Amino acid sequence: MMPRLVSWLDERLDLTGLTRVALAKTVPSHVHKGWYYLGGVTLFLLFVQLATGILLLLYYRPSAAEAFESVQFILTQVEFGWLIRNVHAWSANLLIAAAFAHLFSVWLLKAYRKPRELTWVSGALLLFLMLAFGFSGYLLPWNTLALFATRVGTGMAGSVPLVGDFLMRFLRGGDEVTGATLSRFYALHVAILPAMTTLLLVVHLFFVQRQGMSVPFDVEQSLPPGGRVPQTPFFPNYVLRDLMAWYVAMALLAALAAFFPWELGLKADPLAPVPAGIRPEWYFVAVFHTLKLLPGRVLGLEGETLGVLPLARRHCSCRSSTARRQRDGLVGCSQCSDSGRWGISYRSR
Amino acid sequence: MPETPTSPARADAAEQTPRRTFLDSILGFGFMSSAMAMLYPVTRYLVPPPGGEPATLSVVAARLANVPPNTGFVFNFGNRPALLVRTPEGELRAFNATCTHLDCTVQYRPETSQVWCACHDGLFDLGGGVVSGPPPRALERLTVQVRGESGQEEVVVSRD
Repeated sequence: MMPRLVSWLDERLDLTGLTRVALAKTVPSHVHKGWYYLGGVTLFLLFVQLATGILLLLYYRPSAAEAFESVQFILTQVEFGWLIRNVHAWSANLLIAAAFAHLFSVWLLKAYRKPRELTWVSGALLLFLMLAFGFSGYLLPWNTLALFATRVGTGMAGSVPLVGDFLMRFLRGGDEVTGATLSRFYALHVAILPAMTTLLLVVHLFFVQRQGMSVPFDVEQSLPPGGRVPQTPFFPNYVLRDLMAWYVAMALLAALAAFFPWELGLKADPLAPVPAGIRPEWYFVAVFHTLKLLPGRVLGLEGETLGVLPLARRHCSCRSSTARRQRDGLVGCSQCSDSGRWGISYRSR
Repeated sequence: MPETPTSPARADAAEQTPRRTFLDSILGFGFMSSAMAMLYPVTRYLVPPPGGEPATLSVVAARLANVPPNTGFVFNFGNRPALLVRTPEGELRAFNATCTHLDCTVQYRPETSQVWCACHDGLFDLGGGVVSGPPPRALERLTVQVRGESGQEEVVVSRD
């Protein structure tokens, strides 16, 4: 049955041609090859988010009156609801961690250099989309922490010069964080961001397939003249190893979801005072601490304004071409890493 | 010269084939187990938990003064519609307003003093019994009580 189906499809779609391409594909094998798996792990976690996100949609109700109760219902009444929700919450964190690790590995191995500039830019944009997913998804359980985090987050958008007020009202769907904001964030989280991510991901993966994996600079340099980096067949060798990396990610995810359940907290109450010790998710801590560090007003500008502008950053003392290339390559991400450093030094004080 | 069956190369090949098959089947078994481990919780998750609403429920349907004789109206009973009827004689009755035929919501018709389902022209008497039309069963009767001070009485509808 199966071989007949395959040959039926092959006659019409030239599957053999595709298989030939997959079989001919190779991946460079060298001392840094382990970093190649990070992209695959990020992709796997994205699939996990997609699957668990769709499952959560079956019971979630996006309104200020029902959102919190519906998540509570998922956690306490629906069989394995706790597992699906915890996996979704943990996988979101692991996904952003994996994406950051992927970004830094690409940066440090200088894989962004010509001809892969567009792959790098599309990857950086994907990372911003993942952060937007994290920010919008955080509000959806409609608990107190999420309400205040969203107030602070959208308030920051309000201090952008000129368009700030418009941007804040646009994000909140009004002057305050209310049920209207929840509706917006829901639409963003389950429709707009997934559509943008799908598009950008296809582009990113197309670039990767088209150009093949980048060989690190020092590996290329150490080759004898005319020499070629040893190659591993993509199928089945690399695919199977990639799958094993996915298994490691899955084991970690399952353990975290089972042993460290993600708290739901208390239902959002707009009149309640901000709970003590409130802090954003770790991936926004850098921005959070930068805001704490900045004085109220600097040279007539609001401190917050300065914080959200990508101006208050980067003074690279080294002027070598490599350093400059690294710096230029980073574009928006130097903001994150620099403010991250600020955050860390501030905390250690 | 062709190899004889006893040559070392052939013997190796013969040994390796079952080993490859064995490893392949272990791998396949691993993948299948993973798929099962993921599918099981997901299928259980998809089944909605039983009992969306509590079995016993009590609702204040209206103030008695607002329900004149020979009227009826639908009110929210839990998350389902219920029908409160005051007969021409002044007696209060309440029913589950979901038609037993195909889940339409029924209404009171003062001109005939009957309960009517507009979807397929089902008619019920004021005891909930089927008079005509396709409904297979009588409407579920709910318990009606009147409580409160004189002039301020409330109509309380409950399911036992």
